[in-house]
Amino acid sequence: MNKIILILKREYLTRVKKKSFIIMTFLGPLLMAALMIVPIVLATMQNIGEKNIAVLDETNWFIGKFEQDDNMQFHYVFDAVDSLKKQVLQEKYDLLVYIPRPELNIPVNAEIYSDRQIPLNVSSYIKNTMRKEVETKKLLASGIDPDVIKSAKATINLVTIRLDEDGGETKSFTEINVALGLFGSILIYFFIFIFGSQVMRGIIEEKTSRIVEVIISSVKPFELMMGKITGIALVGLTQFLLWVVLTGSIYGVFMLIYGVAEAPQVLTTESAMTSPAESMLPEMNNEALTEIIEVVDAINFPVIIGSFIFYFLGGYLLYAALFAAIGSAVDNEADTQQFMLPVSIPLILGLVVSNFIVNNPEGSLAFWLSIIPFTSPVVMMVRIPFGVAYGELALSMALLVCGFLFTTWIAAKIYRTGILMYGKKPGYKELWKWLRY
Amino acid sequence: MQAYLSIKEVTKRYANHLALDRVSIEIPQNKIFGLLGPNGAGKTSLIRIINQITAPDSGEILLKGQTLHADHVTKIGYLPEERGLYKKMKVGEQAIYLARLKGMSKSEAQKKLKIWFEKFDILNWWDRKVEELSKGMQQKIQFVVTVLHQPELLIFDEPFSGFDPINVNLLKAEILKLRDQGATIIFSTHNMASVEELCDQIALINQGEKVLEGEVNALKEANRNYTYSCEFYHPVSNWQTELEKLPVELLGSDFISNKLKLHLKTDPTLNSNELLRMMLPLGELTSFQELLPSMNDIFIQKVGKTAKSASDE
Repeated sequence: MNKIILILKREYLTRVKKKSFIIMTFLGPLLMAALMIVPIVLATMQNIGEKNIAVLDETNWFIGKFEQDDNMQFHYVFDAVDSLKKQVLQEKYDLLVYIPRPELNIPVNAEIYSDRQIPLNVSSYIKNTMRKEVETKKLLASGIDPDVIKSAKATINLVTIRLDEDGGETKSFTEINVALGLFGSILIYFFIFIFGSQVMRGIIEEKTSRIVEVIISSVKPFELMMGKITGIALVGLTQFLLWVVLTGSIYGVFMLIYGVAEAPQVLTTESAMTSPAESMLPEMNNEALTEIIEVVDAINFPVIIGSFIFYFLGGYLLYAALFAAIGSAVDNEADTQQFMLPVSIPLILGLVVSNFIVNNPEGSLAFWLSIIPFTSPVVMMVRIPFGVAYGELALSMALLVCGFLFTTWIAAKIYRTGILMYGKKPGYKELWKWLRY
Repeated sequence: MQAYLSIKEVTKRYANHLALDRVSIEIPQNKIFGLLGPNGAGKTSLIRIINQITAPDSGEILLKGQTLHADHVTKIGYLPEERGLYKKMKVGEQAIYLARLKGMSKSEAQKKLKIWFEKFDILNWWDRKVEELSKGMQQKIQFVVTVLHQPELLIFDEPFSGFDPINVNLLKAEILKLRDQGATIIFSTHNMASVEELCDQIALINQGEKVLEGEVNALKEANRNYTYSCEFYHPVSNWQTELEKLPVELLGSDFISNKLKLHLKTDPTLNSNELLRMMLPLGELTSFQELLPSMNDIFIQKVGKTAKSASDE
């Protein structure tokens, strides 16, 4: 036992000290944070830069209707179009909005002139404002008060609620569950592959450098194998936890810097678009906030995180043992192909099927694949956010434990023979023989 | 005296061949014991069983009268023929790791390693990665790691391969010193010259069976084939006809400018004094010597014989 810890420590420390580990540890969260942050940064960047906009309205319908804000300054001008265009070129104005006199009596055309690319939010704002104004005018012409239309508008909040056996009720949010489930199962899939193949490569390295015989004259082959598998498991957990912490803190720091500055800006653009609805805004915000709180409340974090760690470790142990057996049987990585295929198929199957299971997490396909140990780590993660009966979860977990005990037992037998075999590339028949030594 | 290691009726069978067939060997304490045999004879299988890397199918091994068990690995130091180190790991760190796997404490390993590294003049490699060193340098480190925990039993499988003659001598001196300090040493090799130089006793294994065991000198004596070499100065002119009258067999002769060298074989009934007396009339005898077989000859003779009988069957 003492020796397993020595081996575990070496396996852990050499990997954690590697440059590639450190780079991945910092790059991972940066990439993840970038995925969340870049869209926000891009969105705020669009607002930066004040636009000086000249409005030439030949219809007189829209004068005073475009509202000033931090980004847009509207100047209502009455000049010839051609001279205004020149002024745009001379940088007096950034933009020229030209609304020509309509052929019929309703203005439906407008032109924007600029010497550079026009920001999307500016053009859409102009379009929306014009549309609203025309609609209002049309309604008035037909004798309808626009306020009547406004008050007739309705939004529907559809809330799905799960009933428990013991009479409890929880709101469920399908989209969130789908995202959580798929994210968890993809993460488990990658972790099993990345760290499982690290086990395999480590064993091939020991075999080709021929140190393995020196070591197993001091420790049992099983101890060497288990030390390596558990050491790399800890590397995986360390990486995962560092990612969670780093991603969280990068996101947190970002929110502190940007979030505070941004909030009022969002409000103003919103208020500019829905001009008379200002009184409704705080109310809506409150509603959204309570909804978010409800979503977060509905997610059973202890169960999800607990089962993620369990299924990651269980699935990793099950597959790492198989990867270890493969590594011990061959002399170099190129020879691993023929054995890798049957080992990867259940994992890949699990991931592919996950995409269908999210639509029917209670179906019999979902049930069976989340019970069978070879696919359960990937598939069960999809089902857990939707809620899985504890009995089913316990059965799946128990079978997973049995599964990895079984593969470890098989792997140990292949491993202790394989590590001392050089030269010939064994076939399945050979491996079967090693099992029975 | 009780043997340090008793190998009793050990049999090991692999899927399609018998690696060891009821092999029994007694390895005495504080001696260098040569484990000889051609490639594939079963030496490595036996060594791996002694190291508890694999288990025998039947038979047992006693270390000082005790059946081998897991704790014995700390008393054994093993330098396998196929050896290597972690290439990316630093020399000192790696040596400490391997020593700790043998049950040494970190500080003890560090202290002893410094002494050995200084002795082998490799202390300045401590912080270098193994892959930066030459093969010979790596072998030195491997040797140090093998003997560091002061094992009672040392097993060297072809320890001199990959060393230059200077380092071979350094290593031989260290091996003899280890024996003098009380270690029992099993020495497996194909290099018969070093067997004669180092080994006190040997066992010869061929095709999974022990074919010979004993002290080196006694074995040579027992395997004498009554051949002699004689040298004459100014031999008599009719030495050839004179020789034909004698009960000897001429294996070879060499006559260069007054000097005659003869290579003779007699039968066991004739002792060397009688032979010497018979030689005197042939000329001025300048040298007379019985040729004892070398370990090389014995090896080839024994292994060749079984190989022949096997092919006869």
